[in-house]
Amino acid sequence: MHSTTSDPTALPATAAHGLKIVVVGGFGVGKTTLVRSVSEIRPLSTEETMTQAGAGVDSLRGVPHKNTTTVAFDFGRITVDETFVLYLFGAPGQERFWFLWDRLFTGALGAVVLVDARRLEDSWYSIDRLEAQGTPFVVAHNNFGSPHTLDQIRAALDLDDAVPLVECDARDRESVKQVLVTLVRHVMATTTREVLR
Amino acid sequence: MRRAIDREGPDRLYVITSGRSRGGDEALDSVTLIVTESEPVSGMQSEHVRILQMCRRPMAVVEIAARLELPVTVVRILLTDLLDAGHITARHPAVADLATASVSPAVLEKVLVALHNL
Ligand SMILES: Nc1nc2c(ncn2[C@@H]2O[C@H](COP(=O)(O)OP(=O)(O)O)[C@@H](O)[C@H]2O)c(=O)[nH]1
Ligand SMILES: [Mg+2]
Repeated sequence: MHSTTSDPTALPATAAHGLKIVVVGGFGVGKTTLVRSVSEIRPLSTEETMTQAGAGVDSLRGVPHKNTTTVAFDFGRITVDETFVLYLFGAPGQERFWFLWDRLFTGALGAVVLVDARRLEDSWYSIDRLEAQGTPFVVAHNNFGSPHTLDQIRAALDLDDAVPLVECDARDRESVKQVLVTLVRHVMATTTREVLR
Repeated sequence: MRRAIDREGPDRLYVITSGRSRGGDEALDSVTLIVTESEPVSGMQSEHVRILQMCRRPMAVVEIAARLELPVTVVRILLTDLLDAGHITARHPAVADLATASVSPAVLEKVLVALHNL
């Protein structure tokens, strides 16, 4: 067992505050690829489980109840400075994974909804949910060679004009950086508006 | 990807958490950073020992879960044990208010700089 202090991926000892950005989208849309493009560590994966209310582990026999849902998600990391560290989560956006959002993404500074023009319906639920909970988000079109324009995608998603929609190539670091910069600027603009209101 | 459950089976998870399905500290956010405060002592559960070894430098709850190959839910319970015993401390996220998730403009500015420097 090597000491973590010799681990080049270890955070500085002064790291104190985690921040998070969530990347949501359907299966195969490029979430893991996007995270990998900017993460300073190889993306790690783990899972969250949730037991339906009233179920739980049978405490006498230790038999887990059948109503346990498990969802895998992955994440990467960007060290911001000596105290702040940003985590990027890639997670499925479908309705049946709602519990993951509540458990893991409370307090996210914002979200990227990654869409594939061939399967826009995969992102409807995520967009509705983010709007409802007031999480600032941008939509990024991961372009697999689709002929659709951003205007067409905006119309098909019925996306509010105030929500930024950008092109992206999840494999490209510069492109992903731009998506994240767009999100952070959008969060700043949103926050300012709320203060003024 | 569903390796922990698939490979370990529910029984092992049950043993690791001494049968508790609740009791994980809800205040332990997925990006709360955990820091070891004391060295492992003999007789300690192996998962506790591994956490103490891993967190000599700060490590987020999700990263501990990924490295232990255990669900986050289970890791929260293990961490609560260690917190209660004073073996670790928890550094909470930068968000003052989890409900509105408002991050200060100064922090957002730092994030922008870090992104530009990538
Ligand atoms: N052509 C193209 N392929 C991509 C792009 N982004 C991801 N892929 C590929 O699409 C597949 C699914 O990507 P992945 O990141 O695993 O999707 P996830 O399920 O959302 O995490 C992988 O084979 C990627 O290499 C992209 O921008 N363009
Ligand atoms: Mg993936």
